[in-house]
Amino acid sequence: MNSAEENSLIGEIVDDHTLLTVEELCRLCAVDRTYIVQLVEEGVLSVTEIQATEWRFAGATLRRARTALRLQRDLEINLPGVALALELLEQLEGLRRQLNSERP
Amino acid sequence: MEFKDYYQVMGVARDATEAQIKQAYRRLARKYHPDVSKEKDAEARFKELGEAYEVLKSPEKRAAYDQLGKGPRPGESFQPPPDWGAGFEWSGAGPGAGRSGGGADYSEFFDSLFGAAGRGRGPLDGGHPGAGQDHHARVMLDLEATLSGGSRTFTLRMPALDADGRLVERDRVLSVKIPKGILPGQTIRLAGQGATEGVVADAKAGDLYIEVDFQPHPLYRIEGRDLYVDLPVAPWEAALGAAVKTPTPGGTVDLKVPANSHAGTTLRLKGRGIPATPPGDLYVVLQVALPPALDDKARAAYRAFADALPFNPRSRLGV
Repeated sequence: MNSAEENSLIGEIVDDHTLLTVEELCRLCAVDRTYIVQLVEEGVLSVTEIQATEWRFAGATLRRARTALRLQRDLEINLPGVALALELLEQLEGLRRQLNSERP
Repeated sequence: MEFKDYYQVMGVARDATEAQIKQAYRRLARKYHPDVSKEKDAEARFKELGEAYEVLKSPEKRAAYDQLGKGPRPGESFQPPPDWGAGFEWSGAGPGAGRSGGGADYSEFFDSLFGAAGRGRGPLDGGHPGAGQDHHARVMLDLEATLSGGSRTFTLRMPALDADGRLVERDRVLSVKIPKGILPGQTIRLAGQGATEGVVADAKAGDLYIEVDFQPHPLYRIEGRDLYVDLPVAPWEAALGAAVKTPTPGGTVDLKVPANSHAGTTLRLKGRGIPATPPGDLYVVLQVALPPALDDKARAAYRAFADALPFNPRSRLGV
């Protein structure tokens, strides 16, 4: 371990106060604009606000977009399939939480 | 180096058809995909599966791999034979150009056969030419990290260039100051800490994005920014009301239990969850604990209780 690594790195949280532009999202997922537009049209991603006709996405969108990409690439499913998988995963997560809070 | 039985990993026979291999991959990939699976070793299984499929789906790699088939049993020590790769037509630039999975982290066994270099870039691993690659990682944190901040050390597998300029996966030990109040599913951005290979002078270095999740905590359940804790109370505390001690992330506090509480009654301690902006709440869920009737005195007390309070706990069940 060198001296640079001994000092802790300080990062910032990419949260819902961080608004991402389409360009940033494209760069972070290494995809082109068309793909992000497709994800929005399919309802996988939602636009948080529009600033001067440019889309802005909440920070949490980053994780969702990358999960969508991984599912599409690794499981070879199409976009409607990805959208369905993400929705079902969210439902499952909700049910698991409910089960946890009801179980003593 | 350990020999890997790719047929065993995929659960197919050595004479399986291409269609059977593809089918097995799809089925197992859905089962072990880290975004889908809750299995403990899903990530490791999925990597192993991807590696096995990478070899078995390609007729050339599969034929070459089959040549080794009579070799050592899985797990035994293994070295590729000196004439390895001879006599095969490789599409691409020879056995050293074997990788197509995007940044996949293959085993030493795979690398010894098909090489670590020449790996293609998947959709998540591209980038702007000249600039450093952003790198993404996922880590598990303990709840204490977000409650009080503090540093945590992670070992991440990151691409780097070796002495011969080839791309290899290296362990990189990073100590990261965890931002207090980070929530499950959020991402920490470390500017300039991405991969360093291929960065041209004056170009912006890549960033490192760390997606965090939390390990289950023995006391608190984590739901977004809120925490839940189960608090056992005695029957008389629930019935008559009481001030009882309850643990919170900030230390023990006295909690007022209202009269006529019951199992499942939930009390909210505002702002005592994860210290995000706005801070989460702590929910205290009451559990009524019964003292055991082990001696005459206790049994007499329960009998007096029964005589004083005619009560059918099963009235809702109609019995």
